[in-house]
Amino acid sequence: MTAYLLRRLLYAVPILIGVNLLTFALFFMVNTPDDMARMQLGVKRVTPEAIEDWKRERGYDKPLFVNAAAQGGARFTDTIFFDKSVRLFVFDFGFSDDGRDIGREIRERMGPSLAIALPVFVLGLFAYVCAALLLVFFRQTVLDLAGVVACVVLMSVSAMFYIIGGQYLVSKAWRLAPISGFADGAAMVPFLLLPVVIGIVAGLGASTRWYRTIFLDEMGREYVRTARAKGLSEMRVLFGHVLRNAMIPILTGVVVVIPSLFLGSLLFESFFGIPGLGSYTIDAINAQDFAVVRAMVFLGSVLYIAGLVLTDLSYAWVDPRVRFS
Amino acid sequence: MSERPALPLLEVEGLRTWVDGGTSIVRAVDAVGLVLGRGETLALLGESGCGKSMTALSVTRLLPDAAEVVAGTVRLEGSDLLELPEKAMRDVRGARIGMIFQEPMLSLNPVMRIGAQVEEALHRHRRGAAQDGAMPRARALALLQAVGIPDAERRLDEYPFQLSGGMRQRVMIALALACDPELLIGDEPTTALDVTIQAQVLDLLRGLQRSRGMAMLLITHDLGVVAQTAQRVAVMYAGEIVEVAPVDAFLHGPAHPYSRKLFDSLPERGRRDAPLAVIRGSVPALDGGFTGCRFAERCDHAFEPCRRSAPSLVQLSEARQVRCFLHDPAVAGAKVPSPAAPTAPAAPVGPVPDPGAQQGLAPALLVARDLQVHFPLRGGLLRRARGAVRAVDGVSLELARGRTLALVGESGCGKTTVGKALLRLVEPTGGTLSFDGQDLRSLGRAHLRPLRARMQIVFQDPYASLNPRIRIGDALDEGMRSLRPEWNAAERAQRILRLLEQVGLPAEARLRFPHQFSGGQRQRIAIARALSVEPQLVVCDEPTSALDVSVQAQILNLLRSLQQQMQLSYLFITHNLGVVEVVADDIAVMYLGRIVERGPVRAVLSSPAHPYTCALLAAVPRIERSGAPDGQTLPGDPPSPVDPPAGCHFRQRCPRAMAICAQRYPDPASLPDGRAVACHLHPAVPAGR
Amino acid sequence: MPVLLWTDALVFLLVGALCVFAWTCARSETLRQGWRRVASNGIGMASAVVLAVFVAIGLLDSLHFRPALEKPGEGGKVAYSVDVLSVLDLLVAPLRERRERTYSAPLAVVAFQKETVQRPDGSQVREFPRLRHGGAHLADPATGRATDVAWRTAGGLLLGLAAAALFCTAWIAAIARVRRAAFRATAASVWHDSGDAQAPVHWRAFLLAVSVLLVVAAPVLLLSMHYHVLGTSKIGQSVLYLSLKSIRTSLVIGTLTTLVLMPFAVLLGIAAGYFKGWVDDLIQYVYTTIESIPSVLLIAAGVLLIQVYMETRPGLFETSAQRADFRLLMLCVILGLANWTGLCRLLRGEALKLRELEYVQAAHAFGVSHWRIIVRHLAPNMLHIVLISAVMGFSGLVLAEAVLSYVGVGVDPSMISFGTMINDARLEMAREPMVWWSLAAAFGFMLALVLAANLFADAVRDAFDPRSTVRRTGFRIGPARLAGRQGEGA
Repeated sequence: MTAYLLRRLLYAVPILIGVNLLTFALFFMVNTPDDMARMQLGVKRVTPEAIEDWKRERGYDKPLFVNAAAQGGARFTDTIFFDKSVRLFVFDFGFSDDGRDIGREIRERMGPSLAIALPVFVLGLFAYVCAALLLVFFRQTVLDLAGVVACVVLMSVSAMFYIIGGQYLVSKAWRLAPISGFADGAAMVPFLLLPVVIGIVAGLGASTRWYRTIFLDEMGREYVRTARAKGLSEMRVLFGHVLRNAMIPILTGVVVVIPSLFLGSLLFESFFGIPGLGSYTIDAINAQDFAVVRAMVFLGSVLYIAGLVLTDLSYAWVDPRVRFS
Repeated sequence: MSERPALPLLEVEGLRTWVDGGTSIVRAVDAVGLVLGRGETLALLGESGCGKSMTALSVTRLLPDAAEVVAGTVRLEGSDLLELPEKAMRDVRGARIGMIFQEPMLSLNPVMRIGAQVEEALHRHRRGAAQDGAMPRARALALLQAVGIPDAERRLDEYPFQLSGGMRQRVMIALALACDPELLIGDEPTTALDVTIQAQVLDLLRGLQRSRGMAMLLITHDLGVVAQTAQRVAVMYAGEIVEVAPVDAFLHGPAHPYSRKLFDSLPERGRRDAPLAVIRGSVPALDGGFTGCRFAERCDHAFEPCRRSAPSLVQLSEARQVRCFLHDPAVAGAKVPSPAAPTAPAAPVGPVPDPGAQQGLAPALLVARDLQVHFPLRGGLLRRARGAVRAVDGVSLELARGRTLALVGESGCGKTTVGKALLRLVEPTGGTLSFDGQDLRSLGRAHLRPLRARMQIVFQDPYASLNPRIRIGDALDEGMRSLRPEWNAAERAQRILRLLEQVGLPAEARLRFPHQFSGGQRQRIAIARALSVEPQLVVCDEPTSALDVSVQAQILNLLRSLQQQMQLSYLFITHNLGVVEVVADDIAVMYLGRIVERGPVRAVLSSPAHPYTCALLAAVPRIERSGAPDGQTLPGDPPSPVDPPAGCHFRQRCPRAMAICAQRYPDPASLPDGRAVACHLHPAVPAGR
Repeated sequence: MPVLLWTDALVFLLVGALCVFAWTCARSETLRQGWRRVASNGIGMASAVVLAVFVAIGLLDSLHFRPALEKPGEGGKVAYSVDVLSVLDLLVAPLRERRERTYSAPLAVVAFQKETVQRPDGSQVREFPRLRHGGAHLADPATGRATDVAWRTAGGLLLGLAAAALFCTAWIAAIARVRRAAFRATAASVWHDSGDAQAPVHWRAFLLAVSVLLVVAAPVLLLSMHYHVLGTSKIGQSVLYLSLKSIRTSLVIGTLTTLVLMPFAVLLGIAAGYFKGWVDDLIQYVYTTIESIPSVLLIAAGVLLIQVYMETRPGLFETSAQRADFRLLMLCVILGLANWTGLCRLLRGEALKLRELEYVQAAHAFGVSHWRIIVRHLAPNMLHIVLISAVMGFSGLVLAEAVLSYVGVGVDPSMISFGTMINDARLEMAREPMVWWSLAAAFGFMLALVLAANLFADAVRDAFDPRSTVRRTGFRIGPARLAGRQGEGA
């Protein structure tokens, strides 16, 4: 078991290297730093000197892989590849185009991101599982049919409409919550209410339907018949037997995103004006700040791989077949 | 006549269960009636799809969502279970009726400890603490001990996947018995188990039933199981009960033509020289009504009334009923035959060569020496091979032209791997292998191709052995195109027609898809496909184990007649000793990756030399001796092929184990009748003496 | 002058591929049965009708050309406009050409905002100016509008009903002819049979869906001759026109992305599962690496790079339409490259399972080559997975387009799409009273498209997935049970 987890951790290393190489290729080889500079400075009125200045300011004036001018180890360390890619491994993200320390920004913005992503995740999971259990309990009745239809309709609506509609109704028409914004400490709660509720509703259709399928799959298994043959009530069959087995496939899809919760949601943070990593990313994309986008890509991969390891751990936790082999 | 109690324990009347089959309604159970007294064992016998499981599930109201009881009554001591509200029915389930299912692996909750699963049943019906003064855990422990689980204390905290198949089924029995039910329903409880384990479980069920005075409804397709366990038998066919009889009377003379056919199609000793009786055609679809007798289409004795109206159950004697006009004096008049012994086998089809006569003459077609197939077990940080599953661990065998060698053993003994390794479908990891003098192991993929035309394989599962998207004709064509490039398209088309004719299928079959055929027909197609390239050797990997007994007889007959026509050599892999007795000339018995005994079939089966062969033979439920089997049942489970015990692999289960058995694996010894046995009871004679 | 945009070419390639696929289906028994099951599913049939309408609009919008300018250019050569139009633009020319100056509400006759208007007498007043086209035929809009709209709606409804009745009659007559049955009997069977063994196609759902569409479309058609049914946008374009134009963008993204990802997913998935060993390790490594990058960021990075590429090479495109089209194509490619891993993983698992099946083993025993085994035995038995995932993926991609446009990495801002519509409308959220109609139109059209796609996907999955739950015949056992028990007593 320990060896298995260690192996999964080791496996993360080549993947991170792969991500690193891929992003490096995307950002520095498909388009050269010159292209980026020309784009940032405006295509028309750009002089070669301006481009050189822009590159020097951001450290893009070095050679890509090998610095022939330098001596010793610096031949390889004094390059764009080392500066911009290898340093990511020690979480040294460098500076954004407007000169701010990306690492610091990330640390500061993680909190607000988590403040909405975590409640949406936890409460959402609970709500979806409950809703799915409800539908399964009333399977093959009108309620189940109506529930499934409602799920399909809900999942056919873009999340943006939930946000816009929610903001309009709750904040503008009924004035129940602030339309957007953020505050620190306990004062954040009113700001969180609306995004969290909308976040849960936006995922309701797809997740409930998916969990319902998983539960129905489990309901058809033979151990369920054995449980019924013991004389257990439908409730106890559902909670005592089906739920525990269904958690295994549910965990596969769910646990992997937990670390990524730090990244927040692009849509929600930008609509609700929450100063998290999601809105940071969106701003960087709009400002075409490649340093930040690159940092977020790397961070996202690290968190995803952490999620994979976490998934393996949680498997061992819920499934004795994994734990004992 | 002993006095019967006023009310039978279970009384089923006019039970009809319909299943929504998607495009039509299947009348799986059609007016079934059963009576079961206290402490009595009734076997419900029938082939797959006859509605026997649906009957059992209807009684406990555990039907799948797509099925529902549409009519009838099920009285447990007079009260109709079908009328009970669901809540009251739950008090019956588990407490008064216990149930065991076929697949013990699937029937236990995989993520719950054994103890918790047993305790849950106790807790539900408030047994355990309240009644006995003992804790539920203690009672669960007692239950596990009662069903013969060794080291029960530790097992309580284990999970189902940590147990062997036999142990799991014991746990299922413990679950069903937890609250001392009056009725135990077993739905094919031993079908998924190996024959030695089946013998253990049947022993256990018999013992429990006797000691607890519990009634048992045993659903099975196996006449041998009926003979050993039941007092009465009810035969089901196409949703109806066709015959009810006490077991002894039934075994001596089944009354219904269908029951008789079931007996005749059993592969048994003494039937090897003649074709087995078969039931022609297949079970009718149950989604429409019937006007006449449901068996009339397939019955040899059908006469005019059979097609006109449906027969009802005729009372033959107090305990016997049969649904057949032949026994209805009002209809058949003088035609009534007395319940007769199973019909004698038909005349032999031709002179069968004496197996012993050819042995010295024919050169071996296929020779394997010390064949090994080890699958590496990876583990640790870098997934290095840490050990190996020794699936096949030094098997030597020879197969002569035109002969049949049966490779027999329980599941997991490596027999299928041997079959695949011989054809290099699995790469052997050691030993030598030669076909017609050519070394097989050293050949590359390209050089192997010419030899592939000379050796073919027929697989076990008729549903997985044909590609569902390819027409039969194209499937038959594939091998010829690949291996017989010298045949042109016209010739191949000719051959396809001939092959279909040879295996008894119409020529139009080539245009159809696999799903349009029944299991038996698919197996015929698979045989035709293997024969399409005119091989000399065919490996038959359990070709009949997925089929009903009447269909099995058809396939065995076909294989035998093809062998005579084409001088084929068969390597016949099977776990069914009855089949061996009918088809094989020689037999090799495998245990844990090695052959423990091999020799001519008659010699081995009539006087087995290895204790494992003895036990295997004793464990087969036979119809000729009803009641408990004479031999002792083999204890325990086969050990793991990852870590076989030192010395003789069999010694831990062997009733005659000696000190030397633990020290080294016995060398094979040759017996005078041409047999080789690997057992210390038969020490190898040093060469030269 | 006809113009073949990149996406047009690929769309027609896709249509060709679908024709080939249809031909395959017609030849293959199992596939034909699957589609028959889809056709017998009422919801599947109705959603297919709705989807077909969307697809028809999208295809019409994919036939592009550049109109000739009235004045011949120098040297008598015909000069062509830089505007690239489509056949759809021609068909709905009035919608496209009747532009207002800025926002106006649905069915409005005056503008949304007050403007300073010069009276004929020279004085200036702030008032809601009359629209140039919306309700321009009315003499007195204050009193005439309500009745005019009501009459046109009623007329439209009647027209729609009449058309629906005509269509249904003609269709049933056609069925009756094919079945060689009487018209009445056919009509009754179409109405009562809900697509079972006797009536393999769920004609009732089909006819109902067509009728509903006709009844909705006819009033809109009548009204749109004189009004802006869904209002106008900030630059005065008809929102109805924008919505119709958005359909093609959504369809292109939903289908071409699948076309892009398919070769990767299928080839690599099968190769990984079939060959196992180092091939499998390598392919698994590649897709785990790609999966580990959050997909929005991967897409954003890709689009940003394309943007840089395009902006630093301004001379690449002749017209702005070609430029926007190139970006759309690249978006599809990037989405495809970011999305192939899921299907690849599924197919790998299936290939692992199938390669152990006995018919594959039998092929090995015949010495059949790896390639033939893959083509004959593996691929056809995985087709349903590819089909289901393509249909299921479509709606997700349509929704993703809107979000990506919002994030700023979607289609070109000049390209009409649901994403750009929502994005523009969002900026006007704060306005009092609210400009709601662009949002509402985008919402309605997207919901119709995505819902139809989702329902159709469900029908396809039910029909093709061997694991899907048993299809019900819809028979009620309850009453039968009672009847049976009463019969017992009698």
